[in-house]
Amino acid sequence: MALICNARSRAARLLPQALSALPVIGRPNAPKSQASLGNEPGRRLASARAGESVSPLSDECSNQVLDFPGGKLMFSPDMRFLSGSTGERVSCYRVLDDNGHRISDNSFQELSEKVAVKMYRDMITLQVMDTIFYEAQRQGRISFYLTSTGEEAINIASAAALSNEDVIFPQYREPGVLLWRGFTLQEFANQCFGNKSDYGKGRQMPIHYGSSKYNYFTVSSPIATQLPQAVGAAYSLKMDKKNACAVTYFGDGGTSEGDFHAALNFAAVMEAPVIFFCRNNGWAISTPTSEQFRSDGVVTRGQAYGIRSIRVDGNDALAVYSAVHMAREMAVFEARPILIEALTYRVGHHSTSDDSTKYRLVDEIEHWRSSRDPISRYRWWLERNGWWCDDAESELRSSVRKELLQAIQVAEREQKPALGELFSDVYDIIPSNLREQEQFLRHTVKKHPGDYPHNVPA
Amino acid sequence: MDSNPRVCVMGEDVGHYGGSYKVTKGLATKFGDLRVLDTPIAENSFTGMGIGAAMTGLRPVIEGMNMGFLLLAFNQISNNCGMLHYTSGGQFTIPVVIRGPGGVGRQLGAEHSQRLESYFQSIPGLQMVACSTPYNAKGLMKAAIRSENPVVLFEHVLLYNLKERIPDEEYVLCLEEAEMVRPGEHVTILTYSRMRYHVMQAAKTLVNKGYDPEVIDIRSLKPFDLHTIGNSIKKTHRVLIVEECMRTGGIGASLRSAIIDNFWDYLDAPIMCLSSQDVPTPYAGTLEEWTVVQPAQIVTAVEQLCK
Repeated sequence: MALICNARSRAARLLPQALSALPVIGRPNAPKSQASLGNEPGRRLASARAGESVSPLSDECSNQVLDFPGGKLMFSPDMRFLSGSTGERVSCYRVLDDNGHRISDNSFQELSEKVAVKMYRDMITLQVMDTIFYEAQRQGRISFYLTSTGEEAINIASAAALSNEDVIFPQYREPGVLLWRGFTLQEFANQCFGNKSDYGKGRQMPIHYGSSKYNYFTVSSPIATQLPQAVGAAYSLKMDKKNACAVTYFGDGGTSEGDFHAALNFAAVMEAPVIFFCRNNGWAISTPTSEQFRSDGVVTRGQAYGIRSIRVDGNDALAVYSAVHMAREMAVFEARPILIEALTYRVGHHSTSDDSTKYRLVDEIEHWRSSRDPISRYRWWLERNGWWCDDAESELRSSVRKELLQAIQVAEREQKPALGELFSDVYDIIPSNLREQEQFLRHTVKKHPGDYPHNVPA
Repeated sequence: MDSNPRVCVMGEDVGHYGGSYKVTKGLATKFGDLRVLDTPIAENSFTGMGIGAAMTGLRPVIEGMNMGFLLLAFNQISNNCGMLHYTSGGQFTIPVVIRGPGGVGRQLGAEHSQRLESYFQSIPGLQMVACSTPYNAKGLMKAAIRSENPVVLFEHVLLYNLKERIPDEEYVLCLEEAEMVRPGEHVTILTYSRMRYHVMQAAKTLVNKGYDPEVIDIRSLKPFDLHTIGNSIKKTHRVLIVEECMRTGGIGASLRSAIIDNFWDYLDAPIMCLSSQDVPTPYAGTLEEWTVVQPAQIVTAVEQLCK
């Protein structure tokens, strides 16, 4: 309980600052716990409390107020449909301009040099890793790959703002979060090659990483299924009163799934400590956002569910860092869900099975790759602080490249998982029918060795 | 829920309403709103929630208000529940229990008369059990909660009112074991859930006619208890399967196949299987009765088998 009391005062300090910066979002929903309104439960927020009415007339003329399940509200004699769009789009939080200059007078979460530099190093590592693994797939060395090009700031900056205890439910374009937490290039390579050292034991496609050590739940291909799972994890954390939250990532396309709707709805009702992080990168394979939804992006939907939401410039590492940092405080200490929509651009193809030049302009891709690159923008800020230089840059890029090529070689040469791993982990203990099937397979392979791969250990 | 604080319940109206068949009655008052969680109406999503909670250390018991509604949760059950232990290389376990009332009731209409065991039986990574008496319902539920694997526990809409004396002492049944209901010599009758009662009714008639049927409630639908079933077949050499599933692709179809694979040499006659027809369950009472295997049919089938 002590933890929560301290947290409330901290939230009270931070909250007015955060809320006042977002005028367009409107009044937040009244949480059940009064204390989270902080020291200012003034008139501006009072009307948000369920059961209370705004109008001072309500006491005199009680027939002005309607009373239905859900609370009191004013009636209106004018038939007025709410517009489907707000006219003016929700504004987007950013800290650095396109050239990496601090936009003055705005709030952001300060970083130490150590964290700031690690963030940059990891963004470069992610970029180089993507380039090399993509090439490896093109060379036929791995069967599939998917890059996060253009979304490095989202990957690394969001991870940096979280604690290692926060549980991550990724979609598939967030390997940077694992990288930040300590997953090595060798470990990434092992999974892509599906070898004996892969923690997934060769059972999943490349990029479907998972690590219980780093609280990063194994990537599962179906879209948005991880959203309700994250809510369940948040429920579990809340029951255990842990100082941690669940964080789940998904794209603009994922927000069309039914699971998106229900997960946000549940999280709000249950007051679950979960951060919903949407990477709105403009494209769901070949479907542009104009064909995905007609709402003003994803941020407006949060309000519909009663969830505090923010739109951030996903290519601004400092903005992402600050927003996630604040979101985490709110999620953990006030036990509430938060929705973050990070606007960005998917510079690469959807995956190695896609050629995006077939459905979008090469000029558009090039524009985002060069002049809107999140890494360069962040580097300029870093350099201006005296925390980075060209030598460090070339040294880093070449050492990462070398390490990756080495890791790929090692991973490629490593043995594949043993035949027995085909049957283990389906259940906790191998049942008799699977044991029989394994015996039958071993027998078959022995009898027809020419028909089966020879480099699989027994 | 008393002995382990990690066990929780989630589903529609499980809390203060006590569940559609009152299975969770009184639990919310005792354990609170968080441990007995009323979910909004989104089966795929609350099943997903249960999976996420299980991967993070809880042991959720997820209720489908009617098993038929869990068809909406097929994505989470097949692609995640059954799979994540395997695809994560054993790093994450999903010790959930998914349970609910299913089977053909009394004029509940086609959508509320589903036999989900047919559809789920193929999913790798799941275990399936069906309870049929108060005694085995308790024992199997406890076993399912304790299991590290995801278990689907099939209850039947018409069996909730059964009353039985059960032991005060704690007991847990084995999930993979079948139950010997009536030992016999002439024929092995394999059944589960509500059909057990139709079989036992038929057994009375059969005994009067001079037959000695061995009745086994298979209980474990995935995997089958081939040990108990095999021993019985080796003794009687004749098998009749009585199920509520539809003819095509039901538990009976799989069981038949498993018996042929394993016990072909012990059979003196082809395996007979009585199932529901391949039709949606009609609402009209008389039509509904015709889709469910009745005791008279079971008697006739045994007579034919033993000719």
